[in-house]
Amino acid sequence: MAHAAAHGDAHHGHPTGWRRFLFSTNHKDIGTLYFIAAILGGIVGGILSIAMRMELQEPGLQYFTNPHTFNVFVTGHGLIMVFFMAMPALIGGFGNWFVPLMIGAPDMAFPRMNNISFWLTPTALLLLVISMFVEGPPGSNGVGGGWTVYPPLSTSGQPGPAMDFAILALHLAGAASILGAINFIVTIFNMRAPGMTLHRMPLFVWSILVTAFLLVLSLPVLAGAITMLLTDRNFGTTFFAPEGGGDPILFQHLFWFFGHPEVYVIILPGFGLISQIISTFSRKPVFGYLGMAYAMVAIGFVGFIVWAHHMYTTGISLAAQQYFVAATMVIAVPTGVKIFSWIATMWGGSLRFTTPMIWAIGFVFLFTVGGVTGVVLANAGADRVLHDTYYVVAHFHYVLSLGAVFAIFAGWYYWFPKISGYIIPEWIGKLHFAIAFVGANLLFFPQHFLGLAGMPRRYVDYPDAFAGWNYISSLGSYIFATGMLVFFFGVAYAFVRKEKAGDNPWGAGANTLEWTLSSPPPFHQFETLPRITGSDHH
Amino acid sequence: MGLQNPATPVAENIGWFHNSLLMPIITVISLFVLLLLVIIVARFSEKKNPTPSKTTHHTLLEVAWTVVPVLILVVIAIPSFRLLKEQIIIPPSDLTIKVTGKQWYWTVEYAKDAGGMSFDAIMMNDEDIAKAVKNGANKDDLPRLLSVDNEVYVPVNKVVRVQVTAADVLHAFAIQSFGVKVDAVPGRLNETWFKATKEGVYYGQCQELCGKDHAFMPIVVRVVSQDKYDAWVKGQKKAQAEGATRVADAAVR
Repeated sequence: MAHAAAHGDAHHGHPTGWRRFLFSTNHKDIGTLYFIAAILGGIVGGILSIAMRMELQEPGLQYFTNPHTFNVFVTGHGLIMVFFMAMPALIGGFGNWFVPLMIGAPDMAFPRMNNISFWLTPTALLLLVISMFVEGPPGSNGVGGGWTVYPPLSTSGQPGPAMDFAILALHLAGAASILGAINFIVTIFNMRAPGMTLHRMPLFVWSILVTAFLLVLSLPVLAGAITMLLTDRNFGTTFFAPEGGGDPILFQHLFWFFGHPEVYVIILPGFGLISQIISTFSRKPVFGYLGMAYAMVAIGFVGFIVWAHHMYTTGISLAAQQYFVAATMVIAVPTGVKIFSWIATMWGGSLRFTTPMIWAIGFVFLFTVGGVTGVVLANAGADRVLHDTYYVVAHFHYVLSLGAVFAIFAGWYYWFPKISGYIIPEWIGKLHFAIAFVGANLLFFPQHFLGLAGMPRRYVDYPDAFAGWNYISSLGSYIFATGMLVFFFGVAYAFVRKEKAGDNPWGAGANTLEWTLSSPPPFHQFETLPRITGSDHH
Repeated sequence: MGLQNPATPVAENIGWFHNSLLMPIITVISLFVLLLLVIIVARFSEKKNPTPSKTTHHTLLEVAWTVVPVLILVVIAIPSFRLLKEQIIIPPSDLTIKVTGKQWYWTVEYAKDAGGMSFDAIMMNDEDIAKAVKNGANKDDLPRLLSVDNEVYVPVNKVVRVQVTAADVLHAFAIQSFGVKVDAVPGRLNETWFKATKEGVYYGQCQELCGKDHAFMPIVVRVVSQDKYDAWVKGQKKAQAEGATRVADAAVR
């Protein structure tokens, strides 16, 4: 029998060792690989940010004697955190692991495509890291154009090969994401278990579905824009060069047509995670399920028609600015629906303050703070003085670093027992939360003050008047980094201690399909498809 | 902690819009959400509320939290649009200045009918400042990273039209006290305006990433009385006539 079982496994393509991961077509193994990539990306991106905060701790040049290198760190931090930490963790990691499990599917629709879409990601990261060590502007290494890579700084401003490496890195990362997004759309539309109608899908699956559509519709535009950069740089075209009839502003329109949906790509899966977690630990179904699902669809849709609110100071016309102010403020409405629905889900619930729940509650508050400063910036009249200052840095770190990243940690502590089969002790997760909450707020809240006082972003050195809040901000970043050490300790400790999680460590509130499986789930699950009848599966 | 002191009507209106309207609204919303979360944590723990309610819909509540934000946004939008119009529509101007962003300094040109002066404004580094202090300048008047060799002089209470462009990569011309920020784009001529109502020295820094010395290309605008301005123009013209392309700012003062 043992022999037969082994034979059976081999027949189903169950390789071991390095082959298991390199050739993997299994959604759970690929999800795990994405988590590993995201952790690596997070370490690199995090080190870059700590270096920046060390430089900015005091006025004057401390470590970056060549200020270009600081710009390279700024650029690297932004690109890595967006493309190689947040996206791999949320979409690649949680998406791959839990979309099939939550809809009752045995695997993703295109398992081999899943493999290539993962392996393009570390390849892209490698190209990006290489770009930091080859020439950018004459005499200096690396790309220092910011994650937005605006021309002409990214064309004539940095003629060396570093920018070409970065462009190719973005191309590969983008292609990987498009493939992954197609895979999710096809999987969610075609592989739901019998009875799992779209309106019975867990909200996390809804969030990945909307995200996948955003990726498929926006990334090709980025690919087009950076291809035009590439030909401007190497083949004599002048799409963005005024001396040949081009216009640098064209690039900004194309970039932000991608770039704005991109930030929703990062936050929407976070919304989905938070909905699952709050529902689980309130022991209540999500309040206003349909409203929650269609709020995400609305945010995704409106996200495509607000891009030029990143460009109020470029000289676009009054009428254009008026339109983008109005359209941008509309986003606050579905976002408000989400926040109040999370609160209403908890209201009247029977709350268990587990580690994931504490992270989720922290998310709701911090995301609100980031959201309301977004309403301030939406007004072109106010953005006139805040654009490209630390106020913007504070705003997008509140929604991404305190929003999306808190959602990632909430999801991690929520699903780690399912993924690994082991328990991370509660005290570790809660200690991590306490340190991260204090550190992140100390890090980013003072940046609002710096921005209001006029400190421009992407500055290696600043006038002495800004010294106080910068010092506090730097201290906050060291505290947050200490929290990350607790995080890594917790993961290692769980694997060493090997306390078994059981199928469902979270009790009655955890009623989505993944909790009906063993922890970790079998290599292939749902060989007999589950039947969904009730309407309480979300 | 707050915005810089306003020196133009536009900046005053931005200050009102942000400090008196937006800030209170967003603070109240954030505290309201915080309050609800605190109540939830206090009242609905597993111990205090062992049986969860089954409520998942409440039409009135859902309509309320859609409509109330819309109303708040309308309240914000009305002054927001008025402010935006004031910033973008340039009134008839008394003086036109063109600034060109370059890696990493600004070139300033006055219109022909305003004297036709032109000069580069380059940041004073620590050595320049030390030298100036040695020559009798007050150290407090020369803040690090903000002081330049040539300051832009404008008369008080006059509408100044600023034309902004760039020669190499993107830059951005910004002076917060004037409520002014506009990108300097090669191949484009952007325009903005200000009418400074208070004499004084106002500082701006480049606000669009432009390479290595992005942090080191400030601009200084000195708002002076018409008499002082006329004297400065005279001095500039004389110096330019003598063939000096760059005038030591101190000589004029």
